[in-house]
Amino acid sequence: MNRISSFNIVSLTLGFAFLYIPMIILVIYSFNESKLVTVWAGFSTKWYGELLRNESFLAAAWVTLKVAFFSSTLATILGTMAAYVMVRRGRFAGRTLFSGMIYAPLVMPEVITGLSLLLLFIAIGLDRGVLTIVLAHTTFAMCYVSVVVSSRLVSFDQSLEEAALDLGSTPFEAFRLVTIPIVAPAVLSGWLLAFTLSLDDLIIASFTSGPSATTLPMKVWSSVRLGVSPEINALSTIFIGIVTVGVLIASVVSKRAISRRQAEELAAES
Amino acid sequence: MVNSTVFAPWEDPGQTPLIRIENVTKRFGDFTAIDDVSIDIYTREFFALLGPSGCGKTTLMRMLAGFETPSEGRITIDGKDMAGVPPNKRAVNMMFQSYALFPHLTVWDNIAFGLRRDRMDKDRVAARVEEMLKLTQLQKFAKRKPHQISGGQRQRVALARSLAKAPKLLLLDEPLGALDKKLREETQFELMEIQEKTGTTFVIVTHDQEEAMTVASRVAVMNHGKLVQVDTPERIYEAPKSVYVADFIGDVNLIEGLVASVGELAELTWAEGKAPLIGQSGASLKAGDEAVFAIRPEKIAISREEPEARNRVRGKIVDIGYLGNLSVYHVQLPDGSYMKCEVGNRSRVSRRDYTWEDEVWLSWTDTAGLVLPS
Ligand SMILES: Nc1ncnc2c1ncn2[C@@H]1O[C@H](COP(=O)(O)OP(=O)(O)OP(=O)(O)O)[C@@H](O)[C@H]1O
Ligand SMILES: [Mg+2]
Repeated sequence: MNRISSFNIVSLTLGFAFLYIPMIILVIYSFNESKLVTVWAGFSTKWYGELLRNESFLAAAWVTLKVAFFSSTLATILGTMAAYVMVRRGRFAGRTLFSGMIYAPLVMPEVITGLSLLLLFIAIGLDRGVLTIVLAHTTFAMCYVSVVVSSRLVSFDQSLEEAALDLGSTPFEAFRLVTIPIVAPAVLSGWLLAFTLSLDDLIIASFTSGPSATTLPMKVWSSVRLGVSPEINALSTIFIGIVTVGVLIASVVSKRAISRRQAEELAAES
Repeated sequence: MVNSTVFAPWEDPGQTPLIRIENVTKRFGDFTAIDDVSIDIYTREFFALLGPSGCGKTTLMRMLAGFETPSEGRITIDGKDMAGVPPNKRAVNMMFQSYALFPHLTVWDNIAFGLRRDRMDKDRVAARVEEMLKLTQLQKFAKRKPHQISGGQRQRVALARSLAKAPKLLLLDEPLGALDKKLREETQFELMEIQEKTGTTFVIVTHDQEEAMTVASRVAVMNHGKLVQVDTPERIYEAPKSVYVADFIGDVNLIEGLVASVGELAELTWAEGKAPLIGQSGASLKAGDEAVFAIRPEKIAISREEPEARNRVRGKIVDIGYLGNLSVYHVQLPDGSYMKCEVGNRSRVSRRDYTWEDEVWLSWTDTAGLVLPS
């Protein structure tokens, strides 16, 4: 192993400082006694208590979790199916157009996605609320899922599915019993990605929600405009905690999946 | 059996074949991978498909398994037309070249996979899996995943999995390609034993002509999507119908010439002022045709004195290959061409009779060689 030179230490420190100092400050101030965000007045967890008593925050949090759960689940199902068709079902008419269209939302400005969805919901007379946000989030998260899953499917040995068919499974059984378990880690990380994307989306949710449904990012955004409160810091700290745990789980899952896959591939080559 | 006869259902017109491949053509775009192939394969046969890479062996197998549909022609298995029958509805199992074991399932579950698809009850699945594990000597590895066992063990799992459903027809696509020579030979015999025990019909694809000769009841030699010859291994080796087959299966010396006469035996003039070569006459030759004389190296005798045989040529040893059980002499004839001659080594190498630059005679009997259309 190379010795770590002082130059490396400096650049590493700078990089991490740049990334994490804002968050660290936020976390520290969430434990601030004082109501003034910029003045330190001793350690306290009272803002977390306040937060728990704040009905509107709790309601928003609940909406956010519901939206994130349902939209990421839907997006995972649809995105996995789309990826499967793209990678597996060979060349059908319009395949290139279709795959281009699936990936387009990746580069589409969110404002435009949000606006077009809003217009659609108005046109078909759908009342805006939790349902419309779920639909909107599903739409844009689905393409991320299908990118993640199709990259796994591309490296997946097709003869496994043929073997399943050969042994008497229907195409659906082959998909359920062979394809899904093998691509599961990719599907899971797709789901986690969709979940976090939905969790922190502000723009599309703002376009597609109605008075009955406010998500947490919307709530944070609107209350910050009235001034930053220590409650927001506490809330954000909780979020950082949740995301950190999520990322850790995802990386452990994918690391284990990768090392197992390497072992399997090594075995397949011999 | 009291009245044991030679297994040769293809010679009995009363037998109906298990598989009929009738004038099957398969095109990929404008490329013809299989070109008007017709084969009948009978129950309990061990049928080998042999041919160079890209000649269409895998494609033919995939059509039998149902992964590809013929562009033209008909495949019937057990009297039923297979057109439109998907792979999961065929009493055919395939052992894939890559084994295609399910990496997320244990050896046990891999073998049970096909049985469970038939909604077989638990106890019978377990009994059948145990039986298969025993047959392939895998009991110790039942709980392991495919990446935790060796290549040869994986190959046996693939075999056990494809045998478990007791298919009428088992397709083996280069099943032993990944094994070393010793394990390969062991497994060949294991396969033949399994075939005898279970009575399954096997179709095996192989690159390796020795393997085909060892295991097969009949061999089909293919080239560029066409069937060149279908025959028993002995006949393929001893009586190839074309230079292509003679050359593809085993080693052979080929000498070009003109047919001088055909009768019981054919004579071939091959060089000015030399006596014609005499051999068995291959398919439909007449005097004056261009033809090729084919003689296997092991049928040639080598001597210092001029031999009695009518087929004899003189030459000089230019190379000697020592292969343990036999020695191969490369002899250059006066016209510059080479012939190979194999002699068994009964005694130690030190007592080798011939050496480099020796002038020797090569000779063979009247019936040892074949005159084939070129
Ligand atoms: N799906 C396909 N599309 C186009 N061409 C194909 C397809 N499958 C096979 N071919 C072509 O058909 C020919 C026969 O292929 P096949 O796989 O049957 O060869 P093979 O005899 O099994 O060769 P090998 O011994 O190398 O496995 C090859 O030239 C191959 O390129
Ligand atoms: Mg092949």
